Amino acid sequence: MNGLSMIAAMLPDGTVDPANDPGLSDGDLLAVHGKMTLLRALDEKGIALQRSGRIGFYVPSTGQEACAVGAGFRLREGDWLFPSYRDHGLALTRGYPLSTLVAQLFGNRSDATRGRQMPNHWCDRNIHLVSVSSPVATQLPHAVGTAYASKLRGEPVAAITTFGDGGTSTGDFHAAMNFAGVFRTPTVFLCENNQYAISVHVTRQTASKSLAVKAQAYGIPGIRVDGNDVLAVCKVVGDALALARSGGGPTLIEAVTYRMGPHSTSDDPTVYRSEEEVEQWRKGDPIRRYAAFLKKRGLLDDEAEDTAQAEAKEAVRQAVSDAEISPPVPVESLFEDVYEEMPRHLAEQRDGLLSGKG
Amino acid sequence: MPLITYRDAIRDALREEMIRDDRVLILGEEVGVWGGTYAVTRNLHEEFGGKRVIDTPIAEAAIIGAAIGAAMGGLRPVAELMTINFSLEAMDQIVNNAAKIHYMFGGQIKVPLVIRTPAGWGQLGATHSQSFEAWFAHLPGLIVAMPGTPRDAKGLLKTAIRSENPVMFIEHARLYGLKGEVPEGEYTLPLGVSDIKRGGRDVTIVTYSRMLHVALGAAEELAKEGIECEVVDLRTLRPLDMGPAYESVKKTHRALVVEEDWTTCGMGAEIAARIGRDRFDHLDAPVERLGQVEVPVPYAKNLEALMFPDERMVADRVRKMLS
Repeated sequence: MNGLSMIAAMLPDGTVDPANDPGLSDGDLLAVHGKMTLLRALDEKGIALQRSGRIGFYVPSTGQEACAVGAGFRLREGDWLFPSYRDHGLALTRGYPLSTLVAQLFGNRSDATRGRQMPNHWCDRNIHLVSVSSPVATQLPHAVGTAYASKLRGEPVAAITTFGDGGTSTGDFHAAMNFAGVFRTPTVFLCENNQYAISVHVTRQTASKSLAVKAQAYGIPGIRVDGNDVLAVCKVVGDALALARSGGGPTLIEAVTYRMGPHSTSDDPTVYRSEEEVEQWRKGDPIRRYAAFLKKRGLLDDEAEDTAQAEAKEAVRQAVSDAEISPPVPVESLFEDVYEEMPRHLAEQRDGLLSGKG
Repeated sequence: MPLITYRDAIRDALREEMIRDDRVLILGEEVGVWGGTYAVTRNLHEEFGGKRVIDTPIAEAAIIGAAIGAAMGGLRPVAELMTINFSLEAMDQIVNNAAKIHYMFGGQIKVPLVIRTPAGWGQLGATHSQSFEAWFAHLPGLIVAMPGTPRDAKGLLKTAIRSENPVMFIEHARLYGLKGEVPEGEYTLPLGVSDIKRGGRDVTIVTYSRMLHVALGAAEELAKEGIECEVVDLRTLRPLDMGPAYESVKKTHRALVVEEDWTTCGMGAEIAARIGRDRFDHLDAPVERLGQVEVPVPYAKNLEALMFPDERMVADRVRKMLS
């Protein structure tokens, strides 16, 4: 809990460190693999869709699947999710339908957010999934406020918010951590330290020895975990959520991982990092590591792995083809939801625009 | 009707709404034990306790950010920013989050949040004497109220707290001690409805907040000369209700906007443009504007005294418009 030593669960011999074992059943262990595989397939398709001009933008999470899926697997009904734009895995694992998620990329009639936001900004009131507004780390104070509301009502639920290493440099990070510490809100801060904020290395974000160690200054636990070890992430996030739900207050978790792909489809990482560096991390690919672990356990073989990948690709392909045929967002919806009820000036602007006399 | 201060009217609104709805809570700097820098929340901490009247650490971005989170989570927070000058520290939370969340998230999530904050001045210098209402009135998704009387402040604040929309509720530090008639018992006033505070046939003065009283004072003086001004109090700056001003201009054919803010890109520019477009045929003269001298507000008392429109300046401008 000093925020410096790294917690791991999967041992090279295929066993799990008993101290860090999340205790998943064989079925759950395979389900985790399935979600990670689906996420990878989604990212490959998302980038291809943007490259071919079918969607405007995409933010992949390739290399960070263990963080989102490991954490998402420990969320319960009632918990609140305030993810960053790179954490679709959290939403998918929590139960956000793949079809709705893909529809958001297209911003058409099937998009639950009505074509209002750029891709990777998913929102679903039913599962308490709150979209980011984009500026980095501004969702952190929200996760504190919502958690305060839950605490005030005596509900045993937690709020989790995720962000990157770059997010820890913001004022909102500091202020949110400070508020959470002072008010002991049931908030879990999951920082996915993927080494880069677009092109800037984490060593240019902070001179601190770790990100987790910053928790000490706020009087809350800080935990550093191997972010490419899905079972370790599942364990520490699960413990932090349980602590929060039982009134034990907030936790900062730093999951050390690596963004294997670009920041977004607008980025070219070859400009600022070497192929050797990427190759080094690729050896620790969280899905490959986890698959090797499952194989040693006898839960997975090459054939089943291939099947999982094929199924994931097919699920994504189907979701894309369903979403793509959805009609455009109705134009009159442009003026809706600005306010709870449409003020007169907006009704006038709508009527003017739609009649061609605007 | 009893005479009470603007401050007490606001406190009564807060207290009544907190009794009426236990989801209402107050958070901000110094709002709890101390009772607020301008004593608006005095005694509420004792009455409702520290879980509902919350002294926060000094971080405006987190006050508004946490209030947005609390609103999304089912509460009805009233966040106090000690002065409107400090809203700059919370601008992203207000502009990119509070104002847009309902729209961006496809109407799925509401942010029933009130941000209370005073404008004003009084030998506080350049960074503590500003009026940013036009910045907020610029934003789709926000409601911006700026009441000038105790009656309006109470009635509008109660409506703001019950609103499903985020409301920027801008008070005025120099009005807190102002007394006015406030109805006894329960009442609310609608947001987005302007009000005629004085009838007249010669010139329409459109104004709001503290400048309402400067305009009314000038109108009183001018009446002695036989010049009758109609004074329109906007009360809410977004959505902007131009109806009473439009009706008034049909009668007076002249309009003057008086604001305490800098005039460039201010509320007066918007109002003048609208009257010019929609009441052009009724106007006998260009719409005039009167506002703050366009320099940062100085500390020195003699210089500060030159900064803002006063009754004499308003009266002079009206006479000039009629000459």
